[in-house]
Amino acid sequence: MARTPPTSLVDLHPDASTEPFWIAASEHRLVCARCADCGTRRMPPSPFCPVCRSDRVEWDELSGRGHLYSFTVARHALMPDMRESLPHVIGVVELDDAPGIRLVANVVEVAVDAVVIGMPLEVRWDDVPQSAVSVYRFVPS
Amino acid sequence: MAERTIKDRTAIVGVGATTFYRHGQSEPHTKMELGCRAVLSALADAGLSVDDVDGFALYSGGGGFDTSLAAQTLGIPEVRFTAGLTGGGGGAAGAVGLAAAGIVSGQADVVVSLMTLQQPAGGRFGSAFANKGGTYSAPPSPEKDFIVHSGLMGPGQMFAILTQRHMHEYGTTREHLAEVAISTRENARNRESALMRTEMTVEDYFSARMISEPFCLFDFCLECDGAVAVVTTTAERARDLRQPPVYVTASAHGGAGAWGQAITWMGMPDEIFASSGHRSVATRLWEQAGLGPHDVDVALLYDHFTGMVLMQLEDYGFCPIGESGPFVAEGNIRYHGGTIPVNTHGGNLSEAYIIGFTHVKEAVEQLRGTAVNQVPGAEVALVTGGPAPIPVSALVLRSAP
Repeated sequence: MARTPPTSLVDLHPDASTEPFWIAASEHRLVCARCADCGTRRMPPSPFCPVCRSDRVEWDELSGRGHLYSFTVARHALMPDMRESLPHVIGVVELDDAPGIRLVANVVEVAVDAVVIGMPLEVRWDDVPQSAVSVYRFVPS
Repeated sequence: MAERTIKDRTAIVGVGATTFYRHGQSEPHTKMELGCRAVLSALADAGLSVDDVDGFALYSGGGGFDTSLAAQTLGIPEVRFTAGLTGGGGGAAGAVGLAAAGIVSGQADVVVSLMTLQQPAGGRFGSAFANKGGTYSAPPSPEKDFIVHSGLMGPGQMFAILTQRHMHEYGTTREHLAEVAISTRENARNRESALMRTEMTVEDYFSARMISEPFCLFDFCLECDGAVAVVTTTAERARDLRQPPVYVTASAHGGAGAWGQAITWMGMPDEIFASSGHRSVATRLWEQAGLGPHDVDVALLYDHFTGMVLMQLEDYGFCPIGESGPFVAEGNIRYHGGTIPVNTHGGNLSEAYIIGFTHVKEAVEQLRGTAVNQVPGAEVALVTGGPAPIPVSALVLRSAP
């Protein structure tokens, strides 16, 4: 089964643009920044819309459903405390209700050999011990 | 106003390198010492001296080669130009274009470009995008918060994801990746300078341990210490020096804005996701050169990972998009019998990884006719830097304008 890397990696340094995303995450809500003027969605959250350059942002709550766009199976520990967490699947997940928007996240609750591009997924929130932070993973739906 | 071009107005006149070491084996030499030795070697090759040097055009911070320290260490009379491309290894080929820009604009006459690489003590680039705990870790950022939690922190993992998508879209296979690794190893086997000289068979490739699927050990480049330097000056001055001039015909760097942070975000548009990020740069390069892929005799393609060589073959037009797998399987990139010999020096994969600057040195040797694996009659060479976040870069060199 695919494992998860240590939650010690969830090491946040939010700024004014990204903080609303992580506050929503702590409430297990997946949100996405949308330009309040032209409606273009963007991630990661940033100060300007790359299409119309407006600095006005609104946040949409997404369903958390998506599909696997690409992935790699990590089989080598880049850090010593990763040895217990191999193999893990690092996925690029395209979100169904925000076409073109992708998140990089672990795909879990699946046999590594069963992971294929295009597979439907849904978000799973993992709380980080001793912190108010939660991180998104994806599981087969 | 004169035509705004660098085309054939400058030439590379000297190349030099240190011994190449496996990473961590170059001590007690220092990074600055290695860099200066490569510079002195390149100047001697050109028939120039330190007194002639008045500029530096670098990339990736020269690997830590600080112009101010180099100037006082070597005793450079006057520094008139010191600049670098932003980003990392993607600027390798473009550093020479930057040298040409400095010279053509009249700011300097003799410009050195180089990479000196000595990985941090015990440090390796494999976890370059870790926040902490990696043996070589970059500072955290709000953008990195979105990827580091997944364990995505190594360039090899990142490019594995692009390659996996390429396999899905176009039917590329691990056999195709193997052909890049094996053909590059073949080119290293007869080279004194190469760190990997033993034959690699298909069986060797498939029995290597998996690192980050679909990449196994042999899809990754080497980890090395060492330095490579090249000297560029005006075309006029080049004609009076020791070596035949190798003209800087064109150089382009940058990339499509939507390519952006590319591998460290994975938000690239679908049509360029499974690409090398070079497609728009290639278009500008060929236009500037007035040449195309069919004019190229030898291609020195930045090969940090096998899959990214495939995507560059497509983006530079050596084969149609999506067809690089069958293209290499037909033997097209082989030194012996290939239609476009690639990485005749053994590349980052098998000779040495000096962040792509060995590729510039090999291009110069090919165009002088002195390469170890000489392509007969080579007149035009392509050199690339990256795939990477913006900028990636490219260079067309030729033996006569």
